Amino acid sequence: MREHGILRIVARFLIPLIMLFGLYIQFHGDYSPGGGFQAGVVFAAAWILFVLIYGLEDALKVIPERAMFVLMLMGVLLYAAVGVAGVALGGNFLDFYPLLPGEHAAQQFGIITVELGVGVTVATVMMLIFTQFARRRGLLAEVEEEGD
Amino acid sequence: MAVAVVRMRDLFASAMLFAIYSLLCAALFAVLDAGDVALTEAAVGAGISTLLVLAVLTVARRDEKTVPGHNLPALVVVVITGAALVWATLDLPEFGAPDNPVHTHVAPYYIEQAYPDMGVPNMVAAVLASYRSIDTIGEAFVILTAGLAVWALLSVRPRRRRKVPPEEEDAQ
Amino acid sequence: MAVLGHFNYWIVVVLMMIGFYCVIARGNMAKKMMGLNIFQTSVFILFISAGKIIGGSTPILRKGVEVYSNPLPHVLILTAIVVGVATTAVGLALAMRIREAYGTIEDDLIHDDEPVAADEDDR
Repeated sequence: MREHGILRIVARFLIPLIMLFGLYIQFHGDYSPGGGFQAGVVFAAAWILFVLIYGLEDALKVIPERAMFVLMLMGVLLYAAVGVAGVALGGNFLDFYPLLPGEHAAQQFGIITVELGVGVTVATVMMLIFTQFARRRGLLAEVEEEGD
Repeated sequence: MAVAVVRMRDLFASAMLFAIYSLLCAALFAVLDAGDVALTEAAVGAGISTLLVLAVLTVARRDEKTVPGHNLPALVVVVITGAALVWATLDLPEFGAPDNPVHTHVAPYYIEQAYPDMGVPNMVAAVLASYRSIDTIGEAFVILTAGLAVWALLSVRPRRRRKVPPEEEDAQ
Repeated sequence: MAVLGHFNYWIVVVLMMIGFYCVIARGNMAKKMMGLNIFQTSVFILFISAGKIIGGSTPILRKGVEVYSNPLPHVLILTAIVVGVATTAVGLALAMRIREAYGTIEDDLIHDDEPVAADEDDR
Protein backbone atom coordinates (compact mmCIF):
# COMPACT_ATOMS: atom_id res chain seq x y z
CA MET A 1 0.00 0.00 0.00
CA ARG A 2 3.03 2.17 -0.35
CA GLU A 3 1.55 4.06 -3.27
CA HIS A 4 -1.54 5.35 -1.48
CA GLY A 5 -0.59 8.89 -0.53
CA ILE A 6 -3.46 9.50 1.83
CA LEU A 7 -2.95 6.28 3.72
CA ARG A 8 0.76 6.88 4.01
CA ILE A 9 0.45 10.39 5.37
CA VAL A 10 -2.36 9.55 7.76
CA ALA A 11 -0.36 6.59 8.99
CA ARG A 12 2.74 8.71 9.41
CA PHE A 13 0.66 11.00 11.57
CA LEU A 14 -1.10 8.24 13.50
CA ILE A 15 1.65 5.74 14.24
CA PRO A 16 3.63 7.98 16.63
CA LEU A 17 0.40 8.93 18.37
CA ILE A 18 -0.61 5.29 18.85
CA MET A 19 2.86 4.46 20.14
CA LEU A 20 2.76 7.41 22.51
CA PHE A 21 -0.65 6.26 23.73
CA GLY A 22 0.78 2.77 24.26
CA LEU A 23 3.63 4.15 26.33
CA TYR A 24 1.21 6.33 28.28
CA ILE A 25 -1.03 3.46 29.28
CA GLN A 26 2.05 1.41 30.09
CA PHE A 27 3.53 3.86 32.54
CA HIS A 28 0.43 5.66 33.69
CA GLY A 29 -1.38 2.40 34.29
CA ASP A 30 -1.29 2.86 38.05
CA TYR A 31 -3.48 5.92 37.93
CA SER A 32 -5.81 5.41 34.97
CA PRO A 33 -6.96 2.40 33.00
CA GLY A 34 -3.92 0.72 31.59
CA GLY A 35 -1.12 -1.67 32.25
CA GLY A 36 1.18 -4.11 30.58
CA PHE A 37 -1.34 -6.16 28.65
CA GLN A 38 -3.15 -3.20 27.14
CA ALA A 39 0.01 -1.28 26.38
CA GLY A 40 1.62 -4.27 24.71
CA VAL A 41 -1.37 -4.83 22.48
CA VAL A 42 -1.68 -1.17 21.51
CA PHE A 43 2.03 -0.90 20.78
CA ALA A 44 1.92 -4.03 18.64
CA ALA A 45 -1.09 -2.62 16.79
CA ALA A 46 0.92 0.48 15.89
CA TRP A 47 3.73 -1.69 14.58
CA ILE A 48 1.31 -3.82 12.56
CA LEU A 49 -0.12 -0.65 11.01
CA PHE A 50 3.43 0.23 10.04
CA VAL A 51 3.82 -3.20 8.42
CA LEU A 52 0.58 -2.78 6.48
CA ILE A 53 1.57 0.60 5.12
CA TYR A 54 5.31 0.32 4.57
CA GLY A 55 5.78 -3.41 4.06
CA LEU A 56 7.33 -6.11 6.16
CA GLU A 57 10.90 -5.55 5.02
CA ASP A 58 11.06 -1.97 6.25
CA ALA A 59 9.35 -2.88 9.49
CA LEU A 60 11.83 -5.65 10.19
CA LYS A 61 14.60 -3.10 9.76
CA VAL A 62 13.11 -1.18 12.68
CA ILE A 63 12.72 -4.20 14.94
CA PRO A 64 14.54 -7.24 13.57
CA GLU A 65 13.11 -10.66 14.31
CA ARG A 66 16.05 -11.53 16.49
CA ALA A 67 15.33 -8.51 18.67
CA MET A 68 11.76 -9.72 19.06
CA PHE A 69 12.93 -13.06 20.39
CA VAL A 70 15.37 -11.44 22.77
CA LEU A 71 12.82 -8.91 23.99
CA MET A 72 10.04 -11.42 24.50
CA LEU A 73 12.29 -13.60 26.60
CA MET A 74 13.65 -10.57 28.45
CA GLY A 75 10.11 -9.51 29.36
CA VAL A 76 9.28 -12.80 31.05
CA LEU A 77 12.72 -12.96 32.63
CA LEU A 78 12.31 -9.44 33.99
CA TYR A 79 9.06 -10.51 35.62
CA ALA A 80 10.66 -13.64 37.04
CA ALA A 81 13.72 -11.69 38.14
CA VAL A 82 11.58 -9.37 40.23
CA GLY A 83 10.06 -12.43 41.84
CA VAL A 84 13.43 -14.02 42.52
CA ALA A 85 14.82 -10.74 43.82
CA GLY A 86 12.08 -10.80 46.44
CA VAL A 87 13.23 -14.26 47.47
CA ALA A 88 16.89 -13.23 47.53
CA LEU A 89 16.14 -10.27 49.77
CA GLY A 90 14.31 -12.43 52.26
CA GLY A 91 10.67 -12.48 51.21
CA ASN A 92 8.44 -14.83 49.28
CA PHE A 93 8.43 -15.32 45.53
CA LEU A 94 6.95 -12.19 43.89
CA ASP A 95 6.86 -10.46 47.25
CA PHE A 96 7.61 -6.80 46.56
CA TYR A 97 8.07 -5.51 50.11
CA PRO A 98 11.77 -6.33 50.55
CA LEU A 99 12.76 -4.58 47.31
CA LEU A 100 12.84 -1.02 48.57
CA PRO A 101 12.48 0.64 51.94
CA GLY A 102 9.00 2.04 52.32
CA GLU A 103 5.98 -0.11 51.63
CA HIS A 104 4.33 2.04 48.98
CA ALA A 105 7.57 2.65 47.11
CA ALA A 106 8.37 -1.06 47.08
CA GLN A 107 4.94 -2.05 45.86
CA GLN A 108 4.88 0.62 43.18
CA PHE A 109 8.34 -0.31 41.98
CA GLY A 110 7.32 -3.94 41.83
CA ILE A 111 4.09 -3.24 39.97
CA ILE A 112 5.73 -0.98 37.42
CA THR A 113 8.55 -3.43 36.74
CA VAL A 114 6.21 -6.36 36.42
CA GLU A 115 3.90 -4.43 34.10
CA LEU A 116 6.89 -3.45 32.00
CA GLY A 117 7.88 -7.09 31.66
CA VAL A 118 4.35 -8.09 30.68
CA GLY A 119 4.08 -5.20 28.23
CA VAL A 120 7.34 -6.04 26.46
CA THR A 121 6.42 -9.71 26.22
CA VAL A 122 2.91 -9.11 24.91
CA ALA A 123 4.02 -6.52 22.36
CA THR A 124 6.85 -8.62 20.95
CA VAL A 125 4.85 -11.84 20.88
CA MET A 126 2.08 -10.12 18.92
CA MET A 127 4.66 -8.66 16.52
CA LEU A 128 6.32 -12.03 16.12
CA ILE A 129 3.03 -13.80 15.42
CA PHE A 130 2.08 -11.22 12.83
CA THR A 131 5.52 -11.40 11.22
CA GLN A 132 5.26 -15.14 10.91
CA PHE A 133 1.82 -14.96 9.32
CA ALA A 134 2.86 -12.23 6.92
CA ARG A 135 6.06 -13.98 5.92
CA ARG A 136 4.44 -17.35 5.33
CA ARG A 137 2.87 -16.21 2.11
CA GLY A 138 6.19 -15.09 0.73
CA LEU A 139 7.80 -18.38 1.69
CA LEU A 140 5.03 -20.32 -0.04
CA ALA A 141 5.37 -18.31 -3.24
CA GLU A 142 9.14 -18.81 -3.19
CA VAL A 143 8.83 -22.56 -2.86
CA GLU A 144 6.24 -22.69 -5.65
CA GLU A 145 8.62 -20.90 -7.99
CA GLU A 146 11.45 -23.28 -7.21
CA GLY A 147 9.13 -26.16 -7.92
CA ASP A 148 8.31 -25.01 -11.44
CA MET B 1 -24.41 -8.95 14.54
CA ALA B 2 -22.98 -12.27 15.65
CA VAL B 3 -25.60 -14.08 13.59
CA ALA B 4 -24.45 -12.16 10.57
CA VAL B 5 -20.85 -13.17 11.25
CA VAL B 6 -21.85 -16.82 11.24
CA ARG B 7 -24.18 -16.65 8.25
CA MET B 8 -21.95 -14.66 5.93
CA ARG B 9 -20.36 -16.91 3.33
CA ASP B 10 -17.70 -14.47 2.26
CA LEU B 11 -15.03 -14.87 4.88
CA PHE B 12 -13.59 -11.42 4.26
CA ALA B 13 -16.90 -9.71 5.04
CA SER B 14 -17.32 -12.02 7.98
CA ALA B 15 -13.94 -10.99 9.41
CA MET B 16 -14.87 -7.33 9.03
CA LEU B 17 -18.19 -7.90 10.78
CA PHE B 18 -16.31 -9.66 13.53
CA ALA B 19 -14.19 -6.56 14.04
CA ILE B 20 -17.33 -4.44 14.42
CA TYR B 21 -18.75 -6.99 16.83
CA SER B 22 -15.59 -6.76 18.94
CA LEU B 23 -15.83 -3.00 18.98
CA LEU B 24 -19.42 -3.26 20.21
CA CYS B 25 -18.25 -5.65 22.92
CA ALA B 26 -15.63 -3.11 23.93
CA ALA B 27 -18.31 -0.44 24.22
CA LEU B 28 -20.38 -2.80 26.34
CA PHE B 29 -17.42 -3.40 28.66
CA ALA B 30 -16.91 0.34 29.00
CA VAL B 31 -20.57 0.71 29.99
CA LEU B 32 -20.15 -2.08 32.53
CA ASP B 33 -17.36 -0.11 34.27
CA ALA B 34 -14.48 -2.15 32.92
CA GLY B 35 -12.27 0.49 31.35
CA ASP B 36 -9.16 -1.65 31.20
CA VAL B 37 -10.97 -4.54 29.60
CA ALA B 38 -12.63 -2.29 27.02
CA LEU B 39 -9.25 -0.89 26.02
CA THR B 40 -7.80 -4.35 25.53
CA GLU B 41 -10.81 -5.71 23.68
CA ALA B 42 -10.81 -2.77 21.28
CA ALA B 43 -7.15 -3.23 20.43
CA VAL B 44 -7.19 -7.02 20.33
CA GLY B 45 -10.57 -7.83 18.82
CA ALA B 46 -10.88 -5.06 16.30
CA GLY B 47 -7.20 -4.87 15.48
CA ILE B 48 -5.00 -7.86 15.91
CA SER B 49 -7.25 -10.90 15.68
CA THR B 50 -9.03 -9.53 12.61
CA LEU B 51 -5.68 -9.03 10.93
CA LEU B 52 -4.63 -12.56 11.77
CA VAL B 53 -7.79 -13.97 10.21
CA LEU B 54 -7.17 -11.84 7.13
CA ALA B 55 -3.60 -13.11 6.96
CA VAL B 56 -4.92 -16.67 6.82
CA LEU B 57 -7.46 -15.70 4.19
CA THR B 58 -4.79 -14.32 1.88
CA VAL B 59 -3.40 -17.83 1.69
CA ALA B 60 -6.57 -19.89 1.89
CA ARG B 61 -9.74 -19.48 -0.16
CA ARG B 62 -11.85 -16.49 0.53
CA ASP B 63 -15.26 -18.07 0.04
CA GLU B 64 -16.66 -20.63 2.36
CA LYS B 65 -17.93 -23.81 0.79
CA THR B 66 -21.70 -23.50 0.72
CA VAL B 67 -23.58 -25.98 2.82
CA PRO B 68 -27.20 -26.03 1.67
CA GLY B 69 -29.78 -25.25 4.32
CA HIS B 70 -29.27 -25.50 8.02
CA ASN B 71 -27.45 -28.19 9.84
CA LEU B 72 -30.44 -29.62 11.69
CA PRO B 73 -28.72 -31.90 14.24
CA ALA B 74 -26.35 -29.08 15.20
CA LEU B 75 -29.29 -26.71 15.57
CA VAL B 76 -31.10 -29.17 17.83
CA VAL B 77 -28.04 -29.66 20.01
CA VAL B 78 -27.54 -25.92 20.27
CA VAL B 79 -31.16 -25.21 21.16
CA ILE B 80 -31.22 -27.91 23.83
CA THR B 81 -27.96 -26.72 25.37
CA GLY B 82 -29.14 -23.14 25.28
CA ALA B 83 -32.43 -24.00 26.94
CA ALA B 84 -30.60 -25.88 29.67
CA LEU B 85 -28.30 -22.92 30.24
CA VAL B 86 -31.20 -20.46 30.40
CA TRP B 87 -32.88 -22.72 32.91
CA ALA B 88 -29.64 -22.74 34.92
CA THR B 89 -29.42 -18.94 34.90
CA LEU B 90 -32.65 -18.73 36.88
CA ASP B 91 -30.66 -19.83 39.91
CA LEU B 92 -28.02 -17.15 39.41
CA PRO B 93 -28.12 -13.91 41.37
CA GLU B 94 -29.64 -10.80 39.84
CA PHE B 95 -27.61 -8.46 37.71
CA GLY B 96 -25.91 -5.60 39.51
CA ALA B 97 -27.09 -6.24 43.05
CA PRO B 98 -24.38 -5.23 45.55
CA ASP B 99 -24.87 -8.30 47.77
CA ASN B 100 -24.12 -10.90 45.09
CA PRO B 101 -21.75 -13.67 46.16
CA VAL B 102 -19.09 -12.32 43.78
CA HIS B 103 -18.87 -9.12 45.75
CA THR B 104 -18.69 -10.60 49.21
CA HIS B 105 -15.58 -12.79 49.18
CA VAL B 106 -12.18 -11.22 48.49
CA ALA B 107 -13.32 -8.26 46.41
CA PRO B 108 -14.09 -5.93 49.35
CA TYR B 109 -10.61 -6.58 50.69
CA TYR B 110 -9.07 -5.62 47.35
CA ILE B 111 -11.19 -2.49 47.09
CA GLU B 112 -10.53 -1.30 50.61
CA GLN B 113 -6.91 -2.33 51.02
CA ALA B 114 -5.43 -1.66 47.58
CA TYR B 115 -4.67 1.98 48.23
CA PRO B 116 -3.44 1.64 51.84
CA ASP B 117 -1.29 -1.34 50.87
CA MET B 118 0.44 0.04 47.83
CA GLY B 119 -0.66 3.58 47.02
CA VAL B 120 -1.90 2.68 43.55
CA PRO B 121 -5.31 4.14 42.70
CA ASN B 122 -6.04 1.76 39.82
CA MET B 123 -7.28 -1.32 41.63
CA VAL B 124 -7.15 -3.42 38.47
CA ALA B 125 -3.42 -2.82 38.14
CA ALA B 126 -2.90 -3.43 41.84
CA VAL B 127 -4.74 -6.75 41.82
CA LEU B 128 -3.17 -7.80 38.55
CA ALA B 129 0.43 -7.11 39.38
CA SER B 130 0.61 -7.50 43.12
CA TYR B 131 -2.14 -9.55 44.75
CA ARG B 132 -2.41 -11.99 41.90
CA SER B 133 1.07 -11.69 40.46
CA ILE B 134 1.75 -15.41 40.35
CA ASP B 135 -1.38 -15.79 38.24
CA THR B 136 -0.09 -13.09 35.94
CA ILE B 137 3.34 -14.63 35.53
CA GLY B 138 1.52 -17.76 34.40
CA GLU B 139 -0.32 -15.74 31.79
CA ALA B 140 2.93 -14.21 30.60
CA PHE B 141 4.39 -17.68 30.13
CA VAL B 142 1.28 -18.81 28.25
CA ILE B 143 1.67 -15.92 25.83
CA LEU B 144 5.36 -16.66 25.42
CA THR B 145 4.58 -20.30 24.70
CA ALA B 146 1.91 -19.35 22.17
CA GLY B 147 4.37 -17.08 20.40
CA LEU B 148 6.95 -19.84 20.26
CA ALA B 149 4.32 -22.32 19.03
CA VAL B 150 3.31 -20.06 16.16
CA TRP B 151 6.94 -19.55 15.32
CA ALA B 152 7.57 -23.29 15.36
CA LEU B 153 4.56 -23.96 13.15
CA LEU B 154 5.15 -21.27 10.59
CA SER B 155 8.90 -20.80 10.35
CA VAL B 156 9.51 -24.28 8.98
CA ARG B 157 10.29 -23.98 5.33
CA PRO B 158 7.29 -25.31 3.40
CA ARG B 159 7.87 -28.48 1.44
CA ARG B 160 7.35 -28.40 -2.27
CA ARG B 161 3.97 -29.73 -3.16
CA ARG B 162 4.24 -33.20 -4.54
CA LYS B 163 2.93 -33.39 -8.06
CA VAL B 164 1.46 -36.75 -8.96
CA PRO B 165 3.80 -38.29 -11.55
CA PRO B 166 1.96 -38.95 -14.83
CA GLU B 167 2.79 -42.64 -15.11
CA GLU B 168 1.18 -43.35 -11.76
CA GLU B 169 -1.98 -41.69 -12.94
CA ASP B 170 -1.97 -43.87 -16.05
CA ALA B 171 -1.56 -46.98 -13.97
CA GLN B 172 -4.63 -46.23 -11.88
CA MET C 1 -37.51 -7.17 38.03
CA ALA C 2 -36.89 -10.90 38.14
CA VAL C 3 -37.07 -10.99 34.36
CA LEU C 4 -34.83 -7.99 33.79
CA GLY C 5 -32.42 -9.15 36.44
CA HIS C 6 -31.39 -12.12 34.37
CA PHE C 7 -31.33 -10.41 31.00
CA ASN C 8 -27.53 -10.24 30.89
CA TYR C 9 -27.24 -13.99 31.37
CA TRP C 10 -29.62 -14.61 28.49
CA ILE C 11 -27.58 -12.43 26.18
CA VAL C 12 -24.56 -14.45 27.21
CA VAL C 13 -26.36 -17.72 26.54
CA VAL C 14 -27.56 -16.58 23.12
CA LEU C 15 -24.08 -15.42 22.08
CA MET C 16 -22.54 -18.58 23.46
CA MET C 17 -24.93 -20.75 21.47
CA ILE C 18 -24.28 -18.77 18.28
CA GLY C 19 -20.59 -19.42 18.74
CA PHE C 20 -21.21 -23.06 19.57
CA TYR C 21 -23.35 -23.53 16.45
CA CYS C 22 -20.65 -21.90 14.38
CA VAL C 23 -18.05 -24.30 15.75
CA ILE C 24 -19.99 -27.51 15.27
CA ALA C 25 -21.95 -26.78 12.11
CA ARG C 26 -19.42 -24.96 9.96
CA GLY C 27 -16.65 -26.81 8.21
CA ASN C 28 -14.40 -23.89 7.46
CA MET C 29 -11.61 -23.61 10.00
CA ALA C 30 -11.30 -19.83 9.87
CA LYS C 31 -15.04 -19.71 10.53
CA LYS C 32 -14.65 -22.15 13.38
CA MET C 33 -12.04 -19.89 14.96
CA MET C 34 -14.43 -16.95 14.68
CA GLY C 35 -17.11 -19.04 16.35
CA LEU C 36 -14.72 -19.86 19.16
CA ASN C 37 -13.99 -16.16 19.52
CA ILE C 38 -17.69 -15.36 19.79
CA PHE C 39 -18.00 -18.04 22.45
CA GLN C 40 -15.03 -16.46 24.21
CA THR C 41 -16.51 -12.97 24.20
CA SER C 42 -19.74 -14.34 25.64
CA VAL C 43 -17.77 -15.69 28.58
CA PHE C 44 -16.06 -12.31 28.94
CA ILE C 45 -19.45 -10.61 29.05
CA LEU C 46 -20.62 -13.10 31.68
CA PHE C 47 -17.68 -12.28 33.96
CA ILE C 48 -17.76 -8.54 33.45
CA SER C 49 -21.51 -8.33 33.99
CA ALA C 50 -21.14 -10.38 37.16
CA GLY C 51 -18.68 -7.81 38.43
CA LYS C 52 -20.93 -4.83 37.76
CA ILE C 53 -22.72 -3.19 40.67
CA ILE C 54 -25.60 -0.91 39.71
CA GLY C 55 -24.59 2.61 40.67
CA GLY C 56 -20.95 1.57 40.98
CA SER C 57 -18.13 3.04 38.96
CA THR C 58 -14.85 2.03 37.38
CA PRO C 59 -12.51 0.63 40.05
CA ILE C 60 -10.03 3.46 40.05
CA LEU C 61 -9.83 5.20 43.38
CA ARG C 62 -10.89 8.83 43.34
CA LYS C 63 -12.60 11.34 45.52
CA GLY C 64 -16.37 11.44 45.85
CA VAL C 65 -17.00 7.87 44.71
CA GLU C 66 -18.27 5.39 47.26
CA VAL C 67 -19.27 2.29 45.30
CA TYR C 68 -16.82 0.61 42.95
CA SER C 69 -17.52 -2.30 40.67
CA ASN C 70 -15.67 -5.50 41.42
CA PRO C 71 -12.10 -5.30 40.07
CA LEU C 72 -11.43 -9.03 40.25
CA PRO C 73 -13.37 -10.13 37.12
CA HIS C 74 -11.73 -7.30 35.22
CA VAL C 75 -8.30 -8.64 36.04
CA LEU C 76 -9.22 -12.16 35.04
CA ILE C 77 -10.80 -11.13 31.75
CA LEU C 78 -8.02 -8.72 30.90
CA THR C 79 -5.50 -11.53 30.89
CA ALA C 80 -7.98 -13.90 29.26
CA ILE C 81 -8.43 -11.61 26.25
CA VAL C 82 -4.73 -11.42 25.53
CA VAL C 83 -4.21 -15.13 26.12
CA GLY C 84 -7.25 -15.72 23.91
CA VAL C 85 -5.76 -13.88 20.97
CA ALA C 86 -2.49 -15.77 21.41
CA THR C 87 -4.26 -19.13 21.34
CA THR C 88 -6.35 -17.99 18.37
CA ALA C 89 -3.11 -17.26 16.59
CA VAL C 90 -1.90 -20.79 17.31
CA GLY C 91 -5.15 -22.21 15.95
CA LEU C 92 -4.92 -20.13 12.80
CA ALA C 93 -1.30 -21.18 12.34
CA LEU C 94 -2.41 -24.80 12.50
CA ALA C 95 -5.15 -24.06 9.96
CA MET C 96 -2.55 -22.54 7.68
CA ARG C 97 -0.36 -25.61 7.86
CA ILE C 98 -3.37 -27.78 7.12
CA ARG C 99 -4.08 -25.64 4.10
CA GLU C 100 -0.54 -26.22 2.92
CA ALA C 101 -0.66 -29.96 3.42
CA TYR C 102 -4.14 -30.62 2.08
CA GLY C 103 -4.95 -27.61 -0.05
CA THR C 104 -8.09 -26.62 1.83
CA ILE C 105 -9.35 -25.49 5.20
CA GLU C 106 -12.76 -27.11 4.84
CA ASP C 107 -12.68 -30.07 7.15
CA ASP C 108 -14.89 -32.35 5.05
CA LEU C 109 -12.67 -31.88 2.01
CA ILE C 110 -9.66 -33.19 3.89
CA HIS C 111 -8.96 -36.82 3.16
CA ASP C 112 -5.99 -38.76 4.37
CA ASP C 113 -5.44 -40.63 1.13
CA GLU C 114 -5.42 -37.80 -1.39
CA PRO C 115 -3.54 -34.83 -0.02
CA VAL C 116 -2.48 -33.66 -3.46
CA ALA C 117 -5.67 -34.15 -5.40
CA ALA C 118 -7.42 -31.36 -3.58
CA ASP C 119 -4.65 -29.03 -4.67
CA GLU C 120 -5.56 -28.97 -8.30
CA ASP C 121 -9.14 -27.70 -8.18
CA ASP C 122 -8.47 -25.33 -5.33
CA ARG C 123 -7.39 -21.90 -6.54
